[in-house]
Amino acid sequence: MTMPAAATERGAALWPPEAGTASGGPTRRLRCCDASACRNAGGIALRQALLAARTAAGLGEGALAIQAVGCLRLCGRGPLVAADGPGGSRLWGGLPLPLADQLVAVVVMGAAELHSGSAAAIAPLPGSAVSARQPQPGQGPWPGIVAGSESEPAPVQGAVPGAGSALGPEPEPGSSPSLVDPLSPYRLDLNHPFFRLQKSVVLERCGLVDPDSLDDALAQGAYAQLRRCVRQLAPEAVRAVVRRSGLRGRGGAGYPTGLKWDTVALQPAGPRQVVANGDEGDPGAFMDRTVLESDPHRLLEGLAIAAWAVEALHGTVYLRAEYPLAIARLRRALEQVEARGGFGPAFTGTSWPLRLELRVGAGAYVCGEETALLQSIEGRRGTPRPRPPYPAQRGLGGVPTLINNVETLAAIPAILREGGEWYAGLGSTPCAGTKVFSLSGAVVNTGVVEVPMGTPLRTVVETMGCGVVGGLPVKAVQTGGPSGGCIPERHLDTPLTYEAMAALGSILGSGGMVVLGPATSMPALARFFMEFCVQESCGKCLPCRAGTVQLAALLDRVVAGRAEVADLERLEELAAMVKATSLCGLGQSAPNPLLSTLRHFRAEYEAACEPGGAGVGAHGVAQTPSPPTFPPHHQPASPQDETGAQEPPAARREP
Amino acid sequence: MSVLTLTLNGSPVAVPAGSSLLEACRAAGVDLPTLCHLEGLSPVGACRLCLVELEGSGRPLAACVSEAAEGMVIRTDTPALRLHRRMGVELFFAEGNHLCAICVANGACELQDVAVAVGMDHSRFPYRHPLRPVDASHPLFSLDHNRCILCTRCLRACDELEGAHVWDVAERGSHCRIVAGLDQPWGEVEACTSCGQCVDACPTGALFHRDDTPGARRVQRGRAALLQQARQGHGWRNQGEGGP
Repeated sequence: MTMPAAATERGAALWPPEAGTASGGPTRRLRCCDASACRNAGGIALRQALLAARTAAGLGEGALAIQAVGCLRLCGRGPLVAADGPGGSRLWGGLPLPLADQLVAVVVMGAAELHSGSAAAIAPLPGSAVSARQPQPGQGPWPGIVAGSESEPAPVQGAVPGAGSALGPEPEPGSSPSLVDPLSPYRLDLNHPFFRLQKSVVLERCGLVDPDSLDDALAQGAYAQLRRCVRQLAPEAVRAVVRRSGLRGRGGAGYPTGLKWDTVALQPAGPRQVVANGDEGDPGAFMDRTVLESDPHRLLEGLAIAAWAVEALHGTVYLRAEYPLAIARLRRALEQVEARGGFGPAFTGTSWPLRLELRVGAGAYVCGEETALLQSIEGRRGTPRPRPPYPAQRGLGGVPTLINNVETLAAIPAILREGGEWYAGLGSTPCAGTKVFSLSGAVVNTGVVEVPMGTPLRTVVETMGCGVVGGLPVKAVQTGGPSGGCIPERHLDTPLTYEAMAALGSILGSGGMVVLGPATSMPALARFFMEFCVQESCGKCLPCRAGTVQLAALLDRVVAGRAEVADLERLEELAAMVKATSLCGLGQSAPNPLLSTLRHFRAEYEAACEPGGAGVGAHGVAQTPSPPTFPPHHQPASPQDETGAQEPPAARREP
Repeated sequence: MSVLTLTLNGSPVAVPAGSSLLEACRAAGVDLPTLCHLEGLSPVGACRLCLVELEGSGRPLAACVSEAAEGMVIRTDTPALRLHRRMGVELFFAEGNHLCAICVANGACELQDVAVAVGMDHSRFPYRHPLRPVDASHPLFSLDHNRCILCTRCLRACDELEGAHVWDVAERGSHCRIVAGLDQPWGEVEACTSCGQCVDACPTGALFHRDDTPGARRVQRGRAALLQQARQGHGWRNQGEGGP
């Protein structure tokens, strides 16, 4: 099975090498990000304005295609619009609606024509600098990632090795482009490290493919590997490729995927199940959402290949209810497959009777834990059960069940296309391949990045993310959500591998990365995550149900400045107990944010215990994580509880 | 029947294959505190008091849900385990409203027994004093949520022995509570057969006979095991030799 040339070439590129020509469509097109973040920023209205502007200009689909696509990565600058034309690709972010007609004009006519011929139509555009700005990605003379921000200071001063040189050439002498091109303040530099250092494997079609169109996905290579597997490769051969790739579970545990597939496949003969875990619940994590909203057929292909490899005939995608757009797109993708007769007839030309279905969660974080997830799929209360037996031995309906994270499965088609060795060569020993991270918090460039495993944390946070807003120093990076910890600035050169993160008391986790500025109080951050665990504990086992409540109460005392040194000892003792004795991963990792901040920022806790100390407010830091750190849709789903009302009187403390 | 040998607190022990670690310990005369476990019901591993250390494993195992394997080296009484058990019992006392002096189960309470066993004389953690109701709608029994430790033994007894599945758990985390039927008053649940097996299974005074006075609770904790044996092994006492 040979791949269309366009699809294979694209493997590593974030942007189409020869834009617009890959699928034989019009040579000029606008790709409008239609994923959640850009939608929330007004992406739909902008796309409609662009369509109206195209109509007003008397143009049709042939002259300029305007397409809804998935994530264009830099979520914090949405709504994002990418333009492909003969000169390459350009990207704009946060464009106001009134500028839609100018954008259409610029893209259709090209900058040179715009300047010489039609300047009157797009007045006021005096000056001669526009013609100097050829639509070459990366040629923009703009500091930072935003075009036309010359008047602003660079986002990070001094703290970003290499970033300064990556910002593009200096402006030409005498030119002042930002005064003449109304679009230039919104132009984003595609040669910025944020884009340039990305290695798109899982996200290779994100931002290029229309997430609602099966035909578009097929034209860009979707299901080609499934067809190849079913027609040419025995299940064992597929598993061998995955084994050689060194792929490890992207949900956070990092279990070798090939080993897991083998474990399921080698169970005694009988039915099997495959499950995609899309219950991405960590605050600050939106990698799986990006995949699902941008390229849903990719997950279906990965899951179908997994089903082939372990000889399952039924698969389930479990999605959290808080992702309505992802649910809608995946549902539509499944309907499109069904409408063509299912996976076997439609894509493989065989009668392979694989059936996939979608199950939507009910808002419990703990259902991302695999045994709780299985309970939830079966319609039971989503509580974990002790392992063994592992789901690979006894899972859904009592049969061997393969459970993989969405991102893990989304990597499978590319691995099969390019080979296991290719994927293994992308990362660093012992972590192969690439990993998607969602960068948020106090960072300048908020968005989704996919980088090779082993990339230093500093590269992602400072070079790509441009550090903290306002040029402030990075205080720490929170990785792994409520199960993870905080990596302090002095450890930012740590490579992003499962082992290196664990050695620092955090975890690589599913890929959520929240950058913390100097104003963040670490005890308050630990309190936030402990409260998250209090809310999201299923209540089955005692240490997680009652221990997290007591830990949160102790952290309340620290945050309020009412703590004593004995409270810190109690915190550590209880945290160790909850970690050691809880039933599932939620409770076992619930103390991690507390323990890692205690380890790296102990002084802040001790300051809160000083007599007369006014707690974390005393040294001029915020009482809670700053609001932008956690977008509203990443808050725990449950309503605020009444634990505050249950706060015991402080006088009840025992000696 | 094949036999496994393991080392328990330094002594070799032989147990039938398929035994849980808890069964192995109890067969060897090593007592482990438990609250959610009741012989005759399926194990859930929720109270985390029966934790044991397995050599070569980084994390303690709940003995009730771990199967014994050949050659295991198990310790049940290390300083860390003692500390964790005691903290666990403290957390149980702090999360509910356990007032022994006015409790029907005073003197016949497994939570009390466990506290004595682990040497817990006070809780270092502040009492949460949750506001919890009492359900006295059933003609024969009552449910005092203040004394409930969420062991789910009532739930499993009703489901596995009586087959009525009257009980379930509602809500999450510290808000968890036992509910009857579709979160109805117990007395209105038609599925309840009033068999009283949940009351017998309750380790504390959360479920009790209406007319019990403080300290007057009578329990038949062996009934679950007896019924299970009867159902599965057909070992009715009034059949075969011996008789009742």
